[in-house]
Amino acid sequence: MAKKLRQIAIYGKGGIGKSTTTQNTVAGLASLGKKILIVGCDPKADSTRLILHAKAQNTVMDLVRERGTVEDLELEDVMKIGYGDVKCVESGGPEPGVGCAGRGVITAINFLEEEGAYTEDLDFVFYDVLGDVVCGGFAMPIREGKAEEIYIVCSGEMMAMYAANNIAKGILKYASSGKVRLAGLICNARKTDKEFELVSALAAKLGTQMIHFVPRDNQVQRAEMRRMTVIEYSPEHPQAQEYRTLARKIADNTMLVVPTPLEMEELEDLLMEFGIMEPEDESVVGKAESAA
Amino acid sequence: MSEIKKIPGISKESTQALIDEVLDAYPAKARKKRAPHLGANDPATGKSCVQSNKKTVPGVMSARGCAYAGAKGVVWGPIRDMVHVSHGPVGCGWYSWGTRRNLMSGINGVTQFGMQFTSDFQEKDIVYGGDKKLKVLLQEAHELFPLAKGISVLSECPVGLIGDDINSVAKQSAKELDIPIIPCNCEGFRGVSQSLGHHISNDTIRDYIIETREFAEPQSPYDIALIGDYNIGGDVWSAKALLEEIGLNVKSVWTGDGEIEKIAATHQVKLNLIHCYRSMNYMCKVMEEKYGIPWLEFNFFGPTKIRESLRAIGQRFDATIQEKVEQVIAKYEPVMQAIIDEYKPRLDGKKVMLLVGGLRPRHTIGAYEDLGMECVGSGYEFAHSDDYDRTAPEMPEATVVYDDPSEYEFEKFAHALKPDLIGSGIKEKYVFQKMGIPFRQMHSWDYSGPYHGYQGFEVFARDVDMAVNSPTWKLVKAPF
Repeated sequence: MAKKLRQIAIYGKGGIGKSTTTQNTVAGLASLGKKILIVGCDPKADSTRLILHAKAQNTVMDLVRERGTVEDLELEDVMKIGYGDVKCVESGGPEPGVGCAGRGVITAINFLEEEGAYTEDLDFVFYDVLGDVVCGGFAMPIREGKAEEIYIVCSGEMMAMYAANNIAKGILKYASSGKVRLAGLICNARKTDKEFELVSALAAKLGTQMIHFVPRDNQVQRAEMRRMTVIEYSPEHPQAQEYRTLARKIADNTMLVVPTPLEMEELEDLLMEFGIMEPEDESVVGKAESAA
Repeated sequence: MSEIKKIPGISKESTQALIDEVLDAYPAKARKKRAPHLGANDPATGKSCVQSNKKTVPGVMSARGCAYAGAKGVVWGPIRDMVHVSHGPVGCGWYSWGTRRNLMSGINGVTQFGMQFTSDFQEKDIVYGGDKKLKVLLQEAHELFPLAKGISVLSECPVGLIGDDINSVAKQSAKELDIPIIPCNCEGFRGVSQSLGHHISNDTIRDYIIETREFAEPQSPYDIALIGDYNIGGDVWSAKALLEEIGLNVKSVWTGDGEIEKIAATHQVKLNLIHCYRSMNYMCKVMEEKYGIPWLEFNFFGPTKIRESLRAIGQRFDATIQEKVEQVIAKYEPVMQAIIDEYKPRLDGKKVMLLVGGLRPRHTIGAYEDLGMECVGSGYEFAHSDDYDRTAPEMPEATVVYDDPSEYEFEKFAHALKPDLIGSGIKEKYVFQKMGIPFRQMHSWDYSGPYHGYQGFEVFARDVDMAVNSPTWKLVKAPF
């Protein structure tokens, strides 16, 4: 029986550690013998750096710019093989402030499909997507026929949870017209108060699970300075074990849900319940300090 | 105020019944939206009987264009001594190239640049931005055509979507190349029709062009500008000659066969004469407020309207001009009478329906009437309520007025009113010809023209007669 290719997209607030978490998890899956392709959907093109030990030199869009059109590209020009035989492609795109990075993601993913990058031997495709779903281009990985499993990387920080809830709203929109489902929250711990409980509670409210709580450990930074995943840099370190555990949980995960995003008030209630937010005093809203 | 015209068999009730029948085919929501755009003319009020300048109902076939079309095709394209760059993918530029038949004098590549320039966006330009390509393009255009007096950069849709900063590129390149480079943010998705493109272009002329030059020769009290004539089929050449014949100096033309430096010095004229009110009233008002230049609407279609307009223009000047006006009218009256004598017997009592852009559905009615014809229905693609106010007295009592009609509405009206001629655009032409109704394209003068001025009326009368009385129609039998 042919293996079913699982396409997974990782979303989350900017700076939360999506790329680091993705690459460490992918390295964990690779160490379990899985065949994986990573598609970096971020013009910064740093989604595959730890796997390749280098920033990708030839992104799809960079080569399109150099050669004129996407039709002039071959798959091998942009696909690099890194640690654990993981295949890596970066969409690339413009520097901030010009052009349309979203269109770059669309162009790159269409190119990969047309060129047959999704080969039968693959077990997983991971899309590592830029922080916020700012336009249709960055929703490309979760459109019909692409990623059906979404993991949201978050932490116990208020803005990370707001972002996670917003992403769940986006997933809900696509879930109603297609097969995309929320597969879980990955807590990339920031050592905030009651973080485990808070993210677990948010996951429950969204109708999903906190699939794993990744503790904070400086070993990740030490590995990153060498442009490596923890799994490759120090396979015996407890943090490497955490990522292998996360990888195994993802490999075994069957809990795919249509999320139930929270209204703003519900979310604030949740934060207040855990003491993250003070209850609002309506009498002071809109009053300047001098008016008090 | 002219008397109220009536057509036997057309009453407020009959027109309203026709409108109701047409609306009946629509689902409730579309019917509610379209109903205010169809009305029976009420000349006594002198007010619009329809709603206008609203978004087209999704799903109906509209004849409208877009803001880019209004900017490139109408306002900028006719300026002959500039290079006009369509910034974006190639199609918008290609299909707006010369299709309006705005004729140009001069030598191509030397004194006029009626060529197609585009930045020809590719996928990579969308993703990485087209600003660097634009900079190179401006440089190359200037090197290839050093005699061009300026360059306009006209934004197509993607430029607005990706936020290409054409304004800063234009500013920088204008400095480096030492020629005016005019950025016009006329993305097609802006507004409800091409009308916004006219407005944006007027604003751009205000911000970048007007008052940047002065006329070389000394000023005279008879200096005027001809505004809103785009030289379709040579209209400007006919209109300008007539205005000069009554003693006026036409210092600049906006923008038919136009020159940027003369447009830039228009703040020095004494009167602005505006033909197409819809597309250029904005700048007339700006010049009135800023430089105190009065403006006057006029109509050069058909001898009756030409006579009225010449006299109104004469009133703005002294006795010498007024005398010349009378001399010119007297000179052409017999010529016009000869034309009427020739064609009127064949056209008398024939009915015409119109659907054009923003001016001709009212301005050409007099010319048809000079030939004995009557207008039984008229409407615009993109007019505003002030245009419909001006239309009310021109049309006969209770005739149908349609704003941005769908193809279905227009066809149904034609079925019911059985006109002998329809004057509209290329999109409508073959529909009605297949129905066996004579047709003239009234945007481009159907490969003919000019139609403006005394010279134009002869061509107009011939063309109308040729269409209406062509023996072809007797040979066409509908198979149903």
